[in-house]
Amino acid sequence: MHLASTRSKTFKSANDTSLRTSIMTSKKELAVAALRNGIVIDHIPSDALFKCVKILGLDAINSQLTIGNNLHSSKLETKGIIKVADVDFPEQTLNRIALIAPTAVVNTIKNFEVTEKRHVVLPDNIVGIVKCDNPKCITNNEPMTTRFTVISRDPAVIRCHYCSHTVKASKATIL
Amino acid sequence: MNPNSLVSISDLSKEQMLRLLEHARFFEENPNHKILDGRVVATLFFEPSTRTRLSFETAVNRLGGRIIGFSDASTTSSSKGETLKDTIIMVSNYADLIIMRHYLEGAARYATEVTDTPIINAGDGAHQHPSQTMLDLYSIYKTQGRLDNLTITLVGDLKYGRTVHSLIMAMQHFNPTFRFVACEELKMPQEYKTFCEEHGIKYTEHTDFSPEVINSSDIIYMTRVQRERFTDIMEYERVKDLYTLRNSMLDNSRPNLRILHPLPRVNEIDRDVDDNPKAYYFTQAKNGLYTRQALICNALGIDPLKDIQIRK
Repeated sequence: MHLASTRSKTFKSANDTSLRTSIMTSKKELAVAALRNGIVIDHIPSDALFKCVKILGLDAINSQLTIGNNLHSSKLETKGIIKVADVDFPEQTLNRIALIAPTAVVNTIKNFEVTEKRHVVLPDNIVGIVKCDNPKCITNNEPMTTRFTVISRDPAVIRCHYCSHTVKASKATIL
Repeated sequence: MNPNSLVSISDLSKEQMLRLLEHARFFEENPNHKILDGRVVATLFFEPSTRTRLSFETAVNRLGGRIIGFSDASTTSSSKGETLKDTIIMVSNYADLIIMRHYLEGAARYATEVTDTPIINAGDGAHQHPSQTMLDLYSIYKTQGRLDNLTITLVGDLKYGRTVHSLIMAMQHFNPTFRFVACEELKMPQEYKTFCEEHGIKYTEHTDFSPEVINSSDIIYMTRVQRERFTDIMEYERVKDLYTLRNSMLDNSRPNLRILHPLPRVNEIDRDVDDNPKAYYFTQAKNGLYTRQALICNALGIDPLKDIQIRK
């Protein structure tokens, strides 16, 4: 990610001073290189970025967090990126974002080095993330957890375990 | 969750369906057996459905079981805001089997997840109604002597009609040929056509309820075209009589043809068809009793054929 070429719309951090320091001290690979330990989720479609933030519960996290959106991407035209310091999300938690960001790549950073790089994988079952769009579905009328089954992967389509209503994953309403 | 619960027709394998049909035939020949002596069955009808409830309750009575329950949720705690989960757990304390109908889709599936008492879905909104599908299968089996290689014509509201959707799913095991006859607004949804394609089921689509279609059918399954399904009332007025079956239309039909309808019927089958021996819809409803007797035994883990042998 080249700093000069990015059109950063949203850039916030738990520690603005440290972010400014990072920007000044690194001109290339800013987000990845500035992280000592943590994860960087890259190649998120711009329109899915904030849904990913919601799915991962990052709005409630205390670690240093950097979010960038509408950054230049040769693959996606524009992309989002999330950098979280000093966390180690379980794989199945990270895979939840495959629902709306199938192109996302998770980089694990240890001691400033990328120790693992992997694509998110859509799980067979989506539990407690998606709201069923069918107003007559029991899940919209009873205090209960929603459950969807993936019935197609390319493009991803999910079906409500209860009422059988289907929806394209990219159009899914996140709870 | 009780593995004997029945929520959707897709919960049943081909072998289970055939066994249930065999049991239904047994109950048709021997309707009164006290197999359920000492058992309590709850019929929880969160929305009224007189026909289905009476059929299930008659089935329990003929099997010697006792019934508790309600036919209208307005008289129960659910009208006070009790959750479905709480109602089901509470009733599970009293009953050996719960037969439930609910206006919300997926309610029966959820009920199976909150109790170990077996559940039979007697209809959940526009979603599933497996006992209707089983009585349709039994009616086809009885009138044709087989389920394999039949040409079945589905007519009317193919978009919203859950009975026709479930019938397609149930017939997937028996190499059927389907004819879908409907106007544009109510034609078969793509997901069911895709289902047919994925399962090698042959089908053709028609907007005309033509003599060619009628005369090459083994089963004609009529459904009600409802005014409220149309966004354009003029369109309803235009098509409402196009899919009405009249006796004269059956003159050159196959001898084995039978007319089915889930009932209630309004205008889609003319009264002059009723006396034709090919009209089967009233007997079809009666078959619901026998298939429901079979389904109740299945849900309670009772094999009626073995049970009768033991009692002898």
